[in-house]
Amino acid sequence: MSVVELLSDYTIQNVVAGAALLGLVSGVLGSFAVLRQQSLLGDTMSHAALPGVCLGFIIAGTRDIGSILLGALATGALAALVMLLLTRMSRLKTDAGLGITLSVFFAMGVVLLTHIQGMNNASQGGLDAFLFGQAAATLRSDLWIMGGITAVALALVAALWKEFKLVSFDPEFATSLGMPVAWLEVLLTVMVALAVVVGLQMVGVVLMAAMIIAPAVAARQWSRRLEDMVLLAALIGVVSGIFGALLSALSRGLATGPLIILSVSSVVLVSMTLAPERGFLWEAFRRMRARHRLRHQQVLTTLYRLAAHHADPIYRTEQGMLDTYHGLRTRAVLRQLERRGLAEWRDTPPDEPGPPRRWVLTPAGITEAERVLESLGRENA
Amino acid sequence: MSTTLHEPDLALHVEDLTVSYHSKPVLWDIDFDVPPGVMAAIIGPNGAGKSTLIKSVLGLVPAVAGHVTLHGRPYKAQRRRVGYVPQRSSVDWDFPTTALDVVTMGLYGRLGWLRRPGRRERDEAMAALELVGMADFARRQISQLSGGQQQRVFLARALVQKADVYFLDEPMAGVDATTERAIVDILRRLRDEGKTVIVVHHDLQTVRSYFDWLLILNVRVIAQGPVAEVYTADHLRQAYGGQIALLDQDTFLSEEAAAEAAVRAG
Repeated sequence: MSVVELLSDYTIQNVVAGAALLGLVSGVLGSFAVLRQQSLLGDTMSHAALPGVCLGFIIAGTRDIGSILLGALATGALAALVMLLLTRMSRLKTDAGLGITLSVFFAMGVVLLTHIQGMNNASQGGLDAFLFGQAAATLRSDLWIMGGITAVALALVAALWKEFKLVSFDPEFATSLGMPVAWLEVLLTVMVALAVVVGLQMVGVVLMAAMIIAPAVAARQWSRRLEDMVLLAALIGVVSGIFGALLSALSRGLATGPLIILSVSSVVLVSMTLAPERGFLWEAFRRMRARHRLRHQQVLTTLYRLAAHHADPIYRTEQGMLDTYHGLRTRAVLRQLERRGLAEWRDTPPDEPGPPRRWVLTPAGITEAERVLESLGRENA
Repeated sequence: MSTTLHEPDLALHVEDLTVSYHSKPVLWDIDFDVPPGVMAAIIGPNGAGKSTLIKSVLGLVPAVAGHVTLHGRPYKAQRRRVGYVPQRSSVDWDFPTTALDVVTMGLYGRLGWLRRPGRRERDEAMAALELVGMADFARRQISQLSGGQQQRVFLARALVQKADVYFLDEPMAGVDATTERAIVDILRRLRDEGKTVIVVHHDLQTVRSYFDWLLILNVRVIAQGPVAEVYTADHLRQAYGGQIALLDQDTFLSEEAAAEAAVRAG
C-alpha cells in the first residue's frame, strides 16, 4: 500500500491525526514536567487513570468516551494530589510517594477492570485496550475531544509562558515576586493529566509516561533556551507520532501505541548520542582531543628539557630517545608537531655518526614549550 | 495610604518571629531590627536558621508566630521594594536558558500577567549584567557559567528589581576572589545610595571589613547592632560554642587589650 493510499484511508487518517495531536500536547507539557524533575509524576498519573476509566464506564453504563476520559482525568489528578499530600505531610520521599501511589491506583484499576469483565455486559468489550491503547478504534469524535484539550493546554502555556518558565526554574524567587506558585504548579500538573487523557486511547496507560518524557528529553539535548526546547519537543512528538502510526498501518497487525513509543525512543537514543555539547559522541571526541593535546605537550616539553639539559637550543634529539622516554612510539606525534611548525626532522651533520636525521625544536616550538611549562607551573602553584 | 505604619523608621522590623519544622523550633522568638542604609550580616553556626530567617521574612517559609514589616508595612504590600538573591544551589543550573534571560526574570513581578518582556526589559537586564561585569556572557547558556559567574547573574537579577531592601542568601559561598570583591563593591554602592542590604554570611574573617550591622543567630538572637559593638569573642562563643576555637583568638585578645588600654588612658 502506498503512502497516498494510506492517507486516504479514513481510519488511518484518524489514527495519524490523533498521534500527531498526542505528540504535540505531550511534547509541550512534558518539557515542563521533565524540567521540574517530575517525569515520574506523569507515569503515576497515567497508571492512576485506569481506575478512572473503569469508574467512568460503570457510571455511564456504556463505553462513552466522554465519561471515560472525565473519570481518567479525575483519578489521575487525585493521584497527583494524594502524592503531594503524602510527601508534604509525612517524611516520605518523593520517589517512594510516587511508587506507592502508582501501584495502589493501578491495582485498583485492574481490580475494577476484572470486575467489569465479570459483569457480562456486552458493551464492555475492548475496555482493556486502555492498558496498551487501541489506536485503530479512534473515532472522528475522539479527535475533536483530543484537539480541544490540546488547544486549551497550548493556549494556557502561551498565556502563562513567563510564569511557567520562572516556576520551573526558580519557584522560590517566583514566590518572592508574589506569583501564586502553588496554583501554577497545580495547573501544570493538571495539564499533564490532560495530556495523559489525550494519550489513553492511542498508547494506553502503561506506556503513556514515555510519551511525556521522551520528546522533552530528546529536545533538551539540542536546545539552549526553553523556547527552543518546547518547540522542538512538540515537533519530535508530532513527527514520531505520525511515523509510528504510519509504520503500524504499513505492517498490518503491529500495535500502534508501542510503535509510536519506539519511534520517539529512537529519537532519544540518537539525541543522547549525537547532540553537540551534550551527546556521548561529543563527550568522547572532546576527551580524545584532550588526550591528544596532552600527548603533544608531553613530547614537546621532553624535547625542550633535553635541549635545556644540553644547553643547546638546536639540540638534535634521536627518535629512539623519545620513544624510550615515553615508552611508546612518538613518531606520529612528532610528525604532527612538525606539521604545526614546532619541530623539525633535520639532517644530522655529515661528520656525526648515528642516525641520519634527528628532531630539533623550532623557535616557535621553544616558545610553545615554555608556555606549556609555565601554565603547568601555575596549576601546581 | 491612611493605614498607620508600624515602625516606619526601620528598613526591617521582625518581632516575636517563631518558625518550626516538624514541630521543632528552627527560629525561636526572634526580635530583629535593621535601620535603613546599612549593610547587615546575619551569621551563626550551621542550622542556626539564617536562611530560614530570610525566607520567613519573604514569606517563603510560614511562621507559626510573629510579624514582619519592611519600611513600616508588611511584606505583601512592599514586594516591589524588595530584591532577593536565593542560594545559588537552590536552582538547577542545567535549565535551558541564557544569563540575560535569568536577569530578565527579575522584572516579571513588575510586568504582571500576560505581558511579555520586550526591548525595554532586555535593555534593563543588559545594564544590570554590565554592572556585575557579565555583559559578555549575556547570551551564554547558564550551565556553561562558573560558580562565581552564576552568582553574579543572580545578583544582576536582584539589581533589576530596583529595590530598597535587598536580601542575599550566602552570596559569597563558593565564589572566586574576584567575584567576591565585585559583589562587595556592588553591595557597598547600593548602601551608599541609601538602600538596605541584608546578607546571610558564612565567613567570620570578613564580617568586620564588609559589614556595618550584625545579627548573631543561633535559633535565638544572640546579639545584634553595629558590628563594632556586636562582633565580640564573647558573643561568638555564645553562638558557636566549641567551634569558636577555629577562630583567630589573637586578634580578639590584642583588640580587647587595646580597648582596655584605651579605657585606662581615657
